[in-house]
Amino acid sequence: MNIDLHSFSLLSTIVAAIIITLGTMLPAIAMGRAIVSALEALARQPEAERSITRTLFVGLAMIESLAIYCLVIALILLFRNPLLEYFLK
Amino acid sequence: MNEAAFGANIVFHLGPLAITDTVVTSWGIMLFLSAMAAILSFGLKQESSRRQAAAETIVLTLESAVAEVMPHHARRVLPFIGTLWIFVLTANLAGLIPGVHSPTRDLSATAALAVLVFLSTHWFGIHLNGWRAYLRHFAEPNIILIPFNILSELTRTLALALRLFGNMMSLEMAALLVLLIAGFLVPVPIMMLHVVEAVVQAYIFGTLALIYIAGALEMPEKTRESSIHSPTDKEVL
Repeated sequence: MNIDLHSFSLLSTIVAAIIITLGTMLPAIAMGRAIVSALEALARQPEAERSITRTLFVGLAMIESLAIYCLVIALILLFRNPLLEYFLK
Repeated sequence: MNEAAFGANIVFHLGPLAITDTVVTSWGIMLFLSAMAAILSFGLKQESSRRQAAAETIVLTLESAVAEVMPHHARRVLPFIGTLWIFVLTANLAGLIPGVHSPTRDLSATAALAVLVFLSTHWFGIHLNGWRAYLRHFAEPNIILIPFNILSELTRTLALALRLFGNMMSLEMAALLVLLIAGFLVPVPIMMLHVVEAVVQAYIFGTLALIYIAGALEMPEKTRESSIHSPTDKEVL
């Protein structure tokens, strides 16, 4: 395949935008669901507040790390694209 | 922009070693925390002064937080987890000082912390349960699951490092971008978010380390006394 530098950078930018869009949208939905069920559990059993909060925070951290992976990949594509080296050679 | 976002800047060379600003800031934080610990614990008495009451409050809060997850071995794990909490919190908040970058926005620093957590998980597991019981817990539900258990040990360490790094780096970068686009004093709301995020991320880092250690410790215990422990710390895993 033969593409020039212009379309290569255009392609990486578009792909990075798609990555960060999907990578924040889907974890946001997942986090919303987690928070909803935590709030429901909290309303049903207020005495279990501490363990619910701790579990919720850890679960949110797990979901959040997915969004962070997407961010890291988007940043690598934008600033440190490893394919660029082969491309410029 | 490129360099400021990803790498740490080299401050000086010590022989063949390049000392980055991450290391210098970590040294500063270590010095600050050691000095605070020395000042707060100097001349402890039976009836507590105000200084001692402050120190006792911090230690008791940390201890009760650890004891909630790990009721039996809270005292043994407290020094490590408490240090992690305090260090990561201070390191995250250090990014708010003008001219100082928080060490945790460097992947090397968070990777070092994650490796520390990884090694201490095994150390506590072997130390408190013995070799055989600890190695057996890798084959816990079934012997087929050994590769998956080992894989999860590795990936969660990677995730631990990447999570802290990604959060701190992205916050700092967001503030920088807003500064570039909008100008002076506009990033202040984002820096307020930085404060909240710094506390939450420090809490999460320490809590995850605690839960990993608890997972290494309490799996054989679960087979011994099946329903004494609250299920909360198992559900998380």
